[in-house]
Amino acid sequence: MISDARPIITTRFGYDDSHTLERYLATGGYDGLRAALRKPPQQVVDDVKSASLLGRGGAGFPAGVKWGFPPAGVWPRYLVVNGDESEPGTYKDRMLMERDPHQLIEGILIACYAVGLGQAFLYVRGEMALAQERIAQALNDAYAAGYVGRNILGTDFSVDIVLTWGAGAYIVGEETGLIESLEGNRGMPRLKPPFFPAAIGLYQKPTIVNNVETLSNLPWISSNGGEAFAALGAETSKGMRMFAVSGHVNKPGVYEVEFGVTTFRDLIEAPIYCGGVRNGKRLKAFIPGGASAPWFFEEHLDLPLEAGAVGKAGSMLGSGAIVVMDEDTDVVRACHRIVRFFAKESCGKCTPCREGTSWLEKILARIIDGAGRPEDVDMLLDICDNISPGINWPPRQTTICPLGPSVVSPIASAVSRFRHEFEAYVGGPVETSVKMTGAAYRAPESANA
Amino acid sequence: MPELSVSLAHEPAQETVELTINGRAVSAPKGQLVIEAAEKHGVFIPRFCYHPRMNPVGMCRMCIVDIDTGRGPTLQPACMIEVAPDMKVDTESPATRKSQDGVLEFLLINHPLDCPVCDKGGECPLQDNAYAYGPGESRFVEEKRHFEKPVAISNLVHLDRERCILCDRCTRFANEVAGDPLISFINRGSQTEVNTFPDHPFASYFSGNTVQICPVGALLARPFRFKARPWDLDKVESTCTSCAVGCRVTIEVSRNHVLRYQGVDVDPVNWGWLCDKGRFDFEAIESDERLSEPLIRKQGDSDPDGELIAATWSEALTTAADAIGRADAKSVGVVGGARLTNEAAYAWAKLAKGVIGTDNVDAQLGDGLPGEVAVGLPAATIDDVCAEGSIVIVATGDLKEELPVLFLRLRDAVINRNVKVVELTTTTTSLSSLATMSLRHRPGEVHLAMAALVGFGRDVGNISAILDGDVLAARRLVADSAVNAIIGRPSVAESADAAVEAAAVLLEAKPDARFVVSLRRANVRGALDLGLAPGLLPGRVALDAGREWFAARWPKVPSERGLDTAGILNAAADGRIDVLVLLGADPLNDFPDRALAERALAGARTVVAVDTFVNESVSKADVVLAAAGYAEVSGTTTNIEGRVSRLRQKVTPPGTSRPDWMLAAELAYRLGIDLELESVEGIWREIEAVSAVHAGITEELLESPAGDDGVLVPLRPEVAAAAEGTHVQITGVDGTQPASEELSSAQEQEASGSEPSGEETPEEAAADAAEEGAARQAEAEADDARPATVAFARNAPYQSPVVDSYSLRLATTRKLFDDGTLVQHSPSLAGIAAVSHLVANSYDLNRLGVAEGDVVKVTSPQGSATFEAHSSDVVPRGTAALVVNQRGGDPSPLIDVTTAVTEIRVESV
Amino acid sequence: MPQFNADNESLAHEIISRYPVARSALIPLCHLAQEQDGYLTDDAMQHIGELLGIEAAEVLGTASFYEMFKRHPVGTYVINVCTSISCFLDGGDELLEHAEERLGIKEGGTTEDGTFSLEGYECIAACTEAPCLQVNYRYFHRITHDELDALIDDLGAGRRDDIPRHGTLQRTRQHIDPDRAAGVVTPDGGGQPVWLRDHAALEEAPS
Ligand SMILES: Cc1cc2nc3c(=O)[nH]c(=O)nc-3n(C[C@H](O)[C@H](O)[C@H](O)COP(=O)(O)O)c2cc1C
Ligand code: SF4
Ligand code: FES
Repeated sequence: MISDARPIITTRFGYDDSHTLERYLATGGYDGLRAALRKPPQQVVDDVKSASLLGRGGAGFPAGVKWGFPPAGVWPRYLVVNGDESEPGTYKDRMLMERDPHQLIEGILIACYAVGLGQAFLYVRGEMALAQERIAQALNDAYAAGYVGRNILGTDFSVDIVLTWGAGAYIVGEETGLIESLEGNRGMPRLKPPFFPAAIGLYQKPTIVNNVETLSNLPWISSNGGEAFAALGAETSKGMRMFAVSGHVNKPGVYEVEFGVTTFRDLIEAPIYCGGVRNGKRLKAFIPGGASAPWFFEEHLDLPLEAGAVGKAGSMLGSGAIVVMDEDTDVVRACHRIVRFFAKESCGKCTPCREGTSWLEKILARIIDGAGRPEDVDMLLDICDNISPGINWPPRQTTICPLGPSVVSPIASAVSRFRHEFEAYVGGPVETSVKMTGAAYRAPESANA
Repeated sequence: MPELSVSLAHEPAQETVELTINGRAVSAPKGQLVIEAAEKHGVFIPRFCYHPRMNPVGMCRMCIVDIDTGRGPTLQPACMIEVAPDMKVDTESPATRKSQDGVLEFLLINHPLDCPVCDKGGECPLQDNAYAYGPGESRFVEEKRHFEKPVAISNLVHLDRERCILCDRCTRFANEVAGDPLISFINRGSQTEVNTFPDHPFASYFSGNTVQICPVGALLARPFRFKARPWDLDKVESTCTSCAVGCRVTIEVSRNHVLRYQGVDVDPVNWGWLCDKGRFDFEAIESDERLSEPLIRKQGDSDPDGELIAATWSEALTTAADAIGRADAKSVGVVGGARLTNEAAYAWAKLAKGVIGTDNVDAQLGDGLPGEVAVGLPAATIDDVCAEGSIVIVATGDLKEELPVLFLRLRDAVINRNVKVVELTTTTTSLSSLATMSLRHRPGEVHLAMAALVGFGRDVGNISAILDGDVLAARRLVADSAVNAIIGRPSVAESADAAVEAAAVLLEAKPDARFVVSLRRANVRGALDLGLAPGLLPGRVALDAGREWFAARWPKVPSERGLDTAGILNAAADGRIDVLVLLGADPLNDFPDRALAERALAGARTVVAVDTFVNESVSKADVVLAAAGYAEVSGTTTNIEGRVSRLRQKVTPPGTSRPDWMLAAELAYRLGIDLELESVEGIWREIEAVSAVHAGITEELLESPAGDDGVLVPLRPEVAAAAEGTHVQITGVDGTQPASEELSSAQEQEASGSEPSGEETPEEAAADAAEEGAARQAEAEADDARPATVAFARNAPYQSPVVDSYSLRLATTRKLFDDGTLVQHSPSLAGIAAVSHLVANSYDLNRLGVAEGDVVKVTSPQGSATFEAHSSDVVPRGTAALVVNQRGGDPSPLIDVTTAVTEIRVESV
Repeated sequence: MPQFNADNESLAHEIISRYPVARSALIPLCHLAQEQDGYLTDDAMQHIGELLGIEAAEVLGTASFYEMFKRHPVGTYVINVCTSISCFLDGGDELLEHAEERLGIKEGGTTEDGTFSLEGYECIAACTEAPCLQVNYRYFHRITHDELDALIDDLGAGRRDDIPRHGTLQRTRQHIDPDRAAGVVTPDGGGQPVWLRDHAALEEAPS
C-alpha cells in the first residue's frame, strides 16, 4: 500500500540550509525538547514506549524497552549514538547527520533527559567528513544557544554531547564493538551476555546505544505523542522509516515511507519511488535489509516492509537497505562481492569468522577465476554450516557477534536459488549435502507454504 | 602462637547451583564458569584462549558446547557462561562435535605444518585437540597466510606469527597480569598478528610466561629453542630459589641437562607464573665455569699469593678441618647460607654452633633485617596480604625488582581484589602507580614515615618526614582497619634500624598487624629458621632460650651471642678471625661495604669457601669446597612466608662436587665428631624432631598432596584439622589446580611419584599425612620442653640522624637482572642487565650545576666513586639513588655499614 | 617533526579533556596526527601514548585495526572508489579500472609524484548514488568517467581548494566553551542525575 502519510524526519531535506540552527528553529526545531522538559522523565520514556519505535540500526529492538534496561541505582549511565553506518546498501544515517544535525541533537537530548544519561557520545563513521563538520558546527551553535551543555533551557537538565569519530572499521557499528572503539581499543565486540551495553557498557557502566535514525524520530514523538507515531505503520512496525533502494532500479534513492504497510513492490515499482527495474529488465533478486540479510526474490515482492512478516519469510529489514539485482546480474560475482566485504571487515576475534570468512572469499575468488571444482560448492555450504549451524534464519552462531553468520546469507541465497550459475563456473553438476533451513533459501512453492 | 586470622579451609559457605552436565546432575558454586564446573566433574571441554588465571575472552570458540537454559540448546562458549540453575550442558551433542570439528579446521587452515621442527610439538594443545576433536584432513587448498618466520620480540622470546592462533593469551597476560602491554594484536581480521611496537622490545620481566601459556609454538623461549623435543624431557616438580618467593616449578631435563623450567600453578604462591630470572637462570647450572672439584691455594715460585689448584677431597677437607680445629671457636665465622636447602642449613648450623661452638654465623650479608626480627615478627602469608579488601603497608625495596612474583600477586590484588596499598618509599617504585597512597620519605626515616602514618598523637610531628604524598588521606585509610605489612630493608645505604623501628611503630599502633618480611635471597628464610644467624638456634629459638634443649641434643651450644656478618668481617679485618667460612657467599660483591669485605678476606687467616662457582670472593679463599647446586640436590626450601616446599634433584652435580650438608658432615667427622646426619630425609626427621616450629611437618606430609603447595611453618590449624576429619580444602588438589594442559604431565609425574601406598586416593593420603602431622604436633605441644620461639622485640628506640642540608642522602635500589653470579652465568640473561647511574632530582642537579649525563664524583665520609648523573623525579629532592650490583658504578665504596645513613656530596668532574 | 606541534598538542589536550577516560581520545588523536603529517608516523603514536599514559604498542594495536590510518606516506589526495555491492551492480568496478588507467597506478598504489593514491573501498554509504567515490573522504556521487578525469585534472592542478590534503577530516571542530560545559561524567562519578531526582521541569517555557 502506498500511503500518503507525511514524512517525519526528512522534512527539512528540501532546504539548502537544512543543517543550520536558523532553519531548524524556523521549522519547529527544539520544540520536542521543550515538550519533553515539561514532563517528568519517566513520562517521556512511556511516550517512546507507546510509540513502539523500533531501533533503526539493524537489530530492530524497541527503543522504549531498551531504555528500561539499565539496572536501578547504577550511575552514571551513558548514551552512545551509533552513526557508524557501514552496512553495504545502507544510506540514511549519513543523510540525517549531514542534512539535519540539530534534529539528531534534539533527539539525543530527549533520550538523555528521559533515561538520566549523564554524557552522550555521538560516534560518527570516520569516512564521513562532512557529517562530522556539520555536527561539529551544529553542536557549537546549540551549545552557544543554550540547547546543549549546562542547564539546558534554564532547567537543571545538563548534559554534554561529545562528537567522536571512527577510522574505518565496519564492525565498530556493532554496539559492543562501538563501545570498545570509543574506549580507545580495537573495535572487537564483546560477548552478550554478560556484556549487554544497557547493563555493562561504556567504561563498564550502563549504556544506551541507539542509532541515528532512531534518535532522530524523538523530537517528533515528543511533540506529537507516542500514540500519533504508533498510529502509523502496522503490526510491530510503527511510524515512518527510511529505506535506501539501490542497484538496478530506475530511480534509486532514499525514501521515508510508512513502515509496516508499504510493500517491497510499492517501493521498487511505484513511480513516486523507484519506478521499477531499470531498462525494463526482470527482477532476479533483491536484498531486503543490507548485505547481512538473506536475499528475497520475485515471490517476496508483495510482502509489507514489516519486521515480523519479513522475519517469517526468512530475512530481515536490517538497516533499511534494499539492493535490487536485475536478471543480468552474475550472482556468483555478486555473492563474492558481499562475502569479500565480510572477510575484510571481520574483526578477527572469533576463529570461525576470522578464518571462515576469508576462506570462503578465497574459494569464491577461485571459482570466479575458473579454478573452481564442483565439490567446492558443497564445501562452501559446509563451511557456512560451521559458522552458522543449520544455515537457518534467524541464524545460530558459533561466533560472538552476527558478522560471522552474515557471510552465510549471500552464499546460501545464491547457491539455493542459482545453483546452475555455480555449475557454469565450476564446469559440472553440483551436488549439495548440507541442509539450508532458512525460509528464504527454499524454493518459491515451499517458501509460500 | 598468635591466633591465625586466615583460614583457607573454612571459606564462607558458597551458594551452589544444580545443573546437569552430559546428563549427570551436578552442583557447582554460583558464578563458576561452565568450563570449570565441567572439568571439576571430570568432563574436559577443549579450549585455547581460556586460562584459569586470566579473564575469559571467548575468542577461540573451541570450548563451544550445547547449553540449554530453558529455551532449547544453543551453542555457547563454556569459558564465558556461568553455571545457572537447571542448566543443561551437553559437551557431546552432534552440534558440539560439529562445531569443535569446524573450529579446529579453521585454526589449522592457516597453521603451518611444521610440527616436526616446532619446539611445542608433543606438548601442543593444538596438536592434541586436533587429534582428539579435529576433522582429520584439511580441505584447504588455498595458500596459507605468510609472515616472516620467527622474529625476536625480546632478548628472550621469539615469535612465529604463522603459528599463532590469535588466542589473546600472551597479550592478555602482558596487559592484565604483568601490566606490560608491550605486545598487542596488530591489524585486523585474518591479517591480525601479535607483535610489539617497532623497536620497542617485549622487555617484560615476565615475558617467559607467555611462552609457557602459548597453546601453539608461536612464542618460543630463546634459551630452549631447538634444545629438545618435549617428549624427551624428564620432569620433576620443585621450587624456584632464584629469590625468596618460592614459586613452584618443574625442572625439565634431558640427558642429565637441565633445559627448562616451567611454572606450576599453586594457589597460595605463584599461580603458575615465574619471572624471567627464575625461569631462565637454569643456564647457570650448565655453565662451563661451574666448580667441579675442590681447590686449595698453593704458593708457587712466581706467585707469593699462591694460586687455587685442584685438590683431592680428602686434602681439601682435611685442610679446612685442620684450620677450624686449630682455631678458637670464637675466631671462626660463617657467612652465608641462603643458597642452601633447609637440610643443609641445619647441617651447617649444627656444625658451626653444635660442633665448633661458634655463634658467629650469619646467612645474611648485611643487606637484610636482623634474624630475630625476620623470624620474630607475626607472620602473614601472601594470601593474607592479597585477600579481598586487605590494606597493606609496603615499606621495602622495589618488589618488582626484588621479589617479582610477589609483585604480580600484589598487582592482581590491587586490580582485582580491591586491595589497597600504602607505600612508604624513598624512590618511586613499580608499585607506586598501583598504590592507593605512595608516601615519600628520606633514606633512613621509614620509621618516621610509619609513625606519621599510624602513630599516635605525639607522632603527628613526624608528618614532616613525609616529603610527598597525602599523608592525612593515608592515615584515614589505615586508621580503623586491620593492616598487613610487607617490610624489608629499603636500601643498603642505610642501616636496618629504621626498618626495624618502623615495624615496632606499626606493631605498637596496631598490635594485630601481620608481616611478610621481604628478604630476597633464595632460602634465606629457611637458613634463619634453622639457626644460621647470630643469637638463633634452629626452630626460631633464641640462643639462651634453646640452650638447654639443644645441649641435650648437640655436642655443644655456643656460650654467648656471636657476630653478624658485619661484625665477622670487622673482626676478620682486625685479625681476630682465624677461619672465615664463605657458605655460598660473595661478600666482595654482596656486602654493602666492599672495602671492609676486602680487608676481611685479607685479614682472616684461612678462608674456606663452599660454593658452586669461583666468584670474586671465592677466588681469594684458601680452600674451596665444590658444592652441588640447584637441581643437583634434594631437600626443602622455605619462602618468605615461612612455607616449606620440596626441592628435587634431577641432574647429577658436576665433577665430584657434593651437597652442602655432606660437606658439613665430612668436616665434623674430621673434627672428630659424628653429626649423625646421613641423608636428606634423616636430616628432615631431625629438624622435625628438634625444631620448635617444624613439629608436625613430616616428610609424609610434605610428600602428600597437601604438601604440593608447600606447608607453612609452624603447621597451621587448618592443615592439622584434617586429622580430626573435618573437610579440608586442600588448595591445589581439588580445583584450584590448573586445568592447563601444559602442566598436566608434570602433575601426573608428581602424582605418581608421590603415590601413597595401596589404593588410597590423594585426598585420603593428604588426610592421613595431615593426621599424622597433627598428632606429632600435638605431641610436640604436650612436650613443653620444646623451647619458646623468638618474639619480635623492639631494639633501643632508634633516632635517625639530622638532615645534612649540604649533602644528598643516598638510597640504593636493585634491578632484577644484575651483575650477580646466576645472571652473569646465564648467557641469555647476562646481556639484559642495565647500567647503573646516579639518579637525583632535577632540582638538586641544577642546584649543583650538574648537567644530564655528566660524570660526577660522589664522595661520602667513607670514600668516593664516579658515576654518570641523570635527573629524574622518581627521586625526591635531597636524595640520590644508585643501583647496587650493576655495571656502571658500584656504590659500595660510599657505604659505611656502621652509620645510619649515607650522606654524599656530588660534584662534576 | 612527526610529534605533535605545539598547537596540535594543546588541541590534543582539549580533545582528551572531553572524555571521562583519556584513552577514549585515541582515535581522534591519531586523526590529528594524520592531519598534521599526512599519515600516522611511529613517532606520533609514541607521542599519543605519552599523552594518554599508555604504551606505544597499545596505540599501534588500536590504530592498526582501522582502515583510515596509514602507516606510510600516501598521496595528497586519496581516492576511494566504492566497489561494494551496490556500486558493483552499478559500474563501480569499471570506475575503479578507469581510475587505474587514468592515474597509471593499481589500486593500493600512489602516483610517483605523490599526488594521488587510489583504493578500491568498501561501502561508503552512498549506495543510491552509485557509482561513487571519495577524495580525502569528500563525496562524489554518480560520477562518470569523464567527470572523474576532470576531477583528477583539477586536483592535480590545485584547483580544488575545497578538498583539503589527506589527513584533514574536519575543518570545523567541536569546541565546548567551559562556561557552557555540563562537565565530563567519569565512570566512578556521581549518583542519579539531578533532573531525575527532583524534576524541575520547564514549567513556563522560555519562548
Ligand atoms: C555487524 C554489525 C554491524 C552493525 N552496524 C551498525 C551500524 O552501522 N549502525 C547502527 O546503527 N547499528 C549497527 N548495528 C546494530 C547495533 O549493534 C545496534 O543494534 C544498534 O546500533 C542499536 O541501535 P537501535 O536500537 O537504535 O537500532 C550493527 C550490528 C552488527 C551486528
Ligand atoms: S602468540 Fe600464542 S598466546 Fe599469543 S595469541 Fe598467538 S597463539 Fe595465542
Ligand atoms: S572461547 Fe572459550 S576457550 Fe576460547
